[in-house]
Amino acid sequence: MPEAETMVKVFARPTSLNEKHFTYCPGCDHGLITRLVAGAIDKLGVQERTVFIAPVGCAVFAYEWFRCDGIQASHGRAAAVATGLKRANPDLVVISYQGDGDLAAIGTAETIHAANRGEAITVIFVNNQIYGMTGGQMAPTTLPGQRATSCPEGRDVATMGHPLPVAEMIATLAAPAYVTRQSLHDPRHVAQAAKAIEKALRYQVEGKGYSLVEILATCPTGWRMPPAVAHQHVADVVTGAFPLGDLVDRG
Amino acid sequence: MPKGKVVVDRERCKGCGLCVAVCPFGVLDLSKDYNSSGYAVVTAVHPEACTGCALCAQTCPDVAIEVYREKAAAGTPTRGAGRP
Amino acid sequence: MAERQLMTGNEAMAEAAIRAGLRAYFGYPITPQNEVLEYMAAHLPQAGGAFLQAESEVAAINMCYGAAAAGVRAMTSSSSPGVSLKMEGISYLAGADLPCVILNAARGGPGLGNIAPAQGDYFQATKGGGHGDYRLIVLAPSTGQEAAELAGLAFDLSDRYRVPALILADGMLGQMMEPVTLPPPRDPGTLPPKPWALTGAKGREPNLIASFALEPTVLREINVKRYARYREIEAREVRWEEVATEDAEVLLIAYGTMGRIAKTVVRRGRERGVKVGLLRPITLWPFPYAPIRTLAERVKAILTVELSAGQMWEDVRLAVEGRTATPFYGELGGVVPTPSDILQEVLRYA
Repeated sequence: MPEAETMVKVFARPTSLNEKHFTYCPGCDHGLITRLVAGAIDKLGVQERTVFIAPVGCAVFAYEWFRCDGIQASHGRAAAVATGLKRANPDLVVISYQGDGDLAAIGTAETIHAANRGEAITVIFVNNQIYGMTGGQMAPTTLPGQRATSCPEGRDVATMGHPLPVAEMIATLAAPAYVTRQSLHDPRHVAQAAKAIEKALRYQVEGKGYSLVEILATCPTGWRMPPAVAHQHVADVVTGAFPLGDLVDRG
Repeated sequence: MPKGKVVVDRERCKGCGLCVAVCPFGVLDLSKDYNSSGYAVVTAVHPEACTGCALCAQTCPDVAIEVYREKAAAGTPTRGAGRP
Repeated sequence: MAERQLMTGNEAMAEAAIRAGLRAYFGYPITPQNEVLEYMAAHLPQAGGAFLQAESEVAAINMCYGAAAAGVRAMTSSSSPGVSLKMEGISYLAGADLPCVILNAARGGPGLGNIAPAQGDYFQATKGGGHGDYRLIVLAPSTGQEAAELAGLAFDLSDRYRVPALILADGMLGQMMEPVTLPPPRDPGTLPPKPWALTGAKGREPNLIASFALEPTVLREINVKRYARYREIEAREVRWEEVATEDAEVLLIAYGTMGRIAKTVVRRGRERGVKVGLLRPITLWPFPYAPIRTLAERVKAILTVELSAGQMWEDVRLAVEGRTATPFYGELGGVVPTPSDILQEVLRYA
């Protein structure tokens, strides 16, 4: 350890995280997003009011990693669970953390209607274009031509549809306060994503309503790419299909 | 250049190498040291080059890195710290 | 203060639920339970509760899951096809040990079926319509008055045991207008505390609510503990009504709307000198196996009557275990038999 007299800690683990280890694969952006969410909870000082909702998917254990109340939702229903929590107790700060299969396939109805009602919740949408937990099947966000275990020849848009533009879809609605798409492929984008998550949470605390932060994430295991190569792939390819930036900001 | 130091929690590290790729000064590299989960953990092979910029920690998906910096320079914000 | 009002069964259950301290209701329109949704829309917000018409039954039950986790009394209502959609959420409620009240104003099925009263959802309600090893407390009212009483009881039992409770009614009970004496309103603040609820981890360790345990021995332990509570419920909470069973030679067994019709059968039978009695299960789970078994020792036949092809009949036969004859009479498709139809059947065994 550095000597206390001469060195100070400039990067520490967020206090909203407990000591448990993440269960994600090596190099998976889920861990980074989990840490950014915890950082935002710290920054806003809402740890004692927060309920973290974990989805079904690779983040299924995530409710166990925060020093906050947590709940596990059934596949796709996190936005409905969040609605129930928030309507029952509006003082809670409710964070729904969901992947693309969860939010954009099986949970599309719950996602859109919670957004359309302007539920005062914060939705973190992890778009890694694949079903990671179940072994790399095609997701609603899988890119045209991208291979997955359930589209071994690549996604054929003629029969399998196009990547679902979730942030753009939610941005068409009247109610959401903040809709943005972020990436994590380099430190600058990580810093921007951190700010976006913080803003989304702050809007909830300030009573401004619904926010969705879509984050382009890697799945090095499912994509069969080394983590650093996967980040380069996001920069070169994925951000072309899913443009970054704020789509709605009614703060 | 401020002097920094990284501390890697070897049991949290999964050897993904993202910190190795992002470090501007080549401080870090994967070692032949395996943790109890079987991952080759990251270590500071050139600790003398560390400035405490914390890009490695900002990138680490497993929150396995803590970063220290000399007191004189510690007020410098780490978020968004750019490449030299 | 007791108040006697003329109201439909659906309204009676809705008002009784509000008076029991309900503070979060989520529903979706489906006949024949729309009056519950509409009553909640008009009255629950005034009582300080949250009402929301959800985008689907699936969303509604998951909103209940969230509200129940937040520690408030939560409820949803639907009818058969809609209750099928809720089954995933009900399994999760059971797996997370969350209290919740689900009302099924059952209709004819399967599939879209029709909107007439039926009892084809008995298996779904009592045998686990969703996945996994779980039980629901299932209450079957037969009158508007009883519907109001059981609505309150459903919340109390569900909270006490942390087991979801389902009220299995039907379209006839829901739509029929009767005088009902309502219980006095209860202040949710006076209900027993829920230290497990998600209220924010302030001054305590975080509370976690989940039905997830990857390690088999851990999941086994959770299930074993839950089954210990189920055994307690079976020991303490069986409810039933007996009518003219003391000297009965033919025993009718019927619940809900059919139980009400069976009472008329008993009265008319007795007027004609037929020694017919009735055992009406009020809790379908836990099922009154023991009293049926006792009566089976001394009656000539136990005639189960249902608005189904014979679902509760299986539980009756499990109770009787061959001690006496166990014939069945049922109607299907939402057709409701008359007392005369059933009395004809009784006479075959008298």
